[in-house]
Amino acid sequence: MEAFLKKMQEYVGYHSVMLGLIGLAASIALAYSSVATAPAIAKVLADDKKASLAQVMPEKLHDNDLLSSSVEVSDTNMGTAPVKVYIARQGTSFSGAVFETSGSGYSGTIRLIMAVDGEGKILGVRVLSHTETPGLGDKIEVLRDPWITKFNGLSLSNPDEKGWHVKKDGGMFDQFSGATITPRAVVKAIKQGLDFFNAHRQELLTSTPAK
Amino acid sequence: MSSGSSSFKTISYDGLWGNNVAFAQQLALCPLLAVTTSATNGLGMGLSTAAVMMLSNGAVSAARKLITPEIRIPAFIVLIAAIVTVADMLINAYMHDLYKVLGLFIPLIVTNCVVLGRAESFAFHNPVLPSMLDGLMMGLGFTWALTLMGACREIIGSGTLFAYASLLLGDAFKFLEMVIIHDYHGYLLMILPPGGFLMMGFLLAGKRLIDARLERAAHSASLVQIQGHA
Repeated sequence: MEAFLKKMQEYVGYHSVMLGLIGLAASIALAYSSVATAPAIAKVLADDKKASLAQVMPEKLHDNDLLSSSVEVSDTNMGTAPVKVYIARQGTSFSGAVFETSGSGYSGTIRLIMAVDGEGKILGVRVLSHTETPGLGDKIEVLRDPWITKFNGLSLSNPDEKGWHVKKDGGMFDQFSGATITPRAVVKAIKQGLDFFNAHRQELLTSTPAK
Repeated sequence: MSSGSSSFKTISYDGLWGNNVAFAQQLALCPLLAVTTSATNGLGMGLSTAAVMMLSNGAVSAARKLITPEIRIPAFIVLIAAIVTVADMLINAYMHDLYKVLGLFIPLIVTNCVVLGRAESFAFHNPVLPSMLDGLMMGLGFTWALTLMGACREIIGSGTLFAYASLLLGDAFKFLEMVIIHDYHGYLLMILPPGGFLMMGFLLAGKRLIDARLERAAHSASLVQIQGHA
């Protein structure tokens, strides 16, 4: 066996064939584990999504499965891709809409998820992802600071147009010491989300998501 | 680099201290500086690197008779990349909480020069078992380096130690999560990249000091022995 290998290795073709075989073996291993883990990964991603929806949409306010009841709404103010809105229902009546909004922070996009009830009042907001400075801008995470929960119950009319800014800009929201740009972006993104809901309120309230 | 000696003791000593990836070979500084903003991150990255190194060293060693020196580099890279990708999928599917903490760093293990370095300098010339042991020991050496550096930066930077460790290791390890300094406002510099460089400098200097002291102790011990004989 050893002698045979030594002899084969003298041929130029051996190298390319062996490299090909190694590549083939690696591809088979990859394909197999991709197929084997796909259902488990799809399940944990769905669980993740469900958990982030449940953070902003209190469970006692709806009895339907949010993941299977969504509509897509196009709005140029919210970016080029249509916004996926999850509709929460209690029986047949509309109890809220959950959707993502985003803003430009100090060092990249801040993605938020927010839930709004039929009156346009905020039920909850959470940061999904951000790349803000650790120790300064990351106070927008609920794990580090309760700041983001202060938006609960607010709407476009409470506070008014002027109030929807950080204090530094004459509004009613606290900025953090050392970080103004981050909370400013969050406030703007939430306001934009409320505007979005307001513009499409009728459409969303009467929508019948595909089951 | 490794002399190719395959005794259990030498391999373990080399991996954990003498030829430590981070503090002696000074390789893999990119993950060392990037992920060590907390002890938990360092531990997670270290353990996943150790697992990958053990498997990649084993695979390279098993195939070492088939791989000719001419094609060894691409062959190693294909093997390592495949192992890391499979590990990435497995962790995502079955240890999802860990994946949420480490997600970004796992694919980056491929680019860790140490994995390729051990395949090249050890696994390619040694049998499977010593190679896997070398991968494990080098990985554990890297793990303690990452964890120590993460711990130092975390304590100085945010006043905590092993914050969120239960996300990584499960709720049983909740006791690891400590607040070292209460009402601490944080020393941001240590969390940011410059803090990584500073702390690495101090730790490297610390290891040199310990090594110098050990050497002096060994030297004087042998002197005593010689004098005893005379």
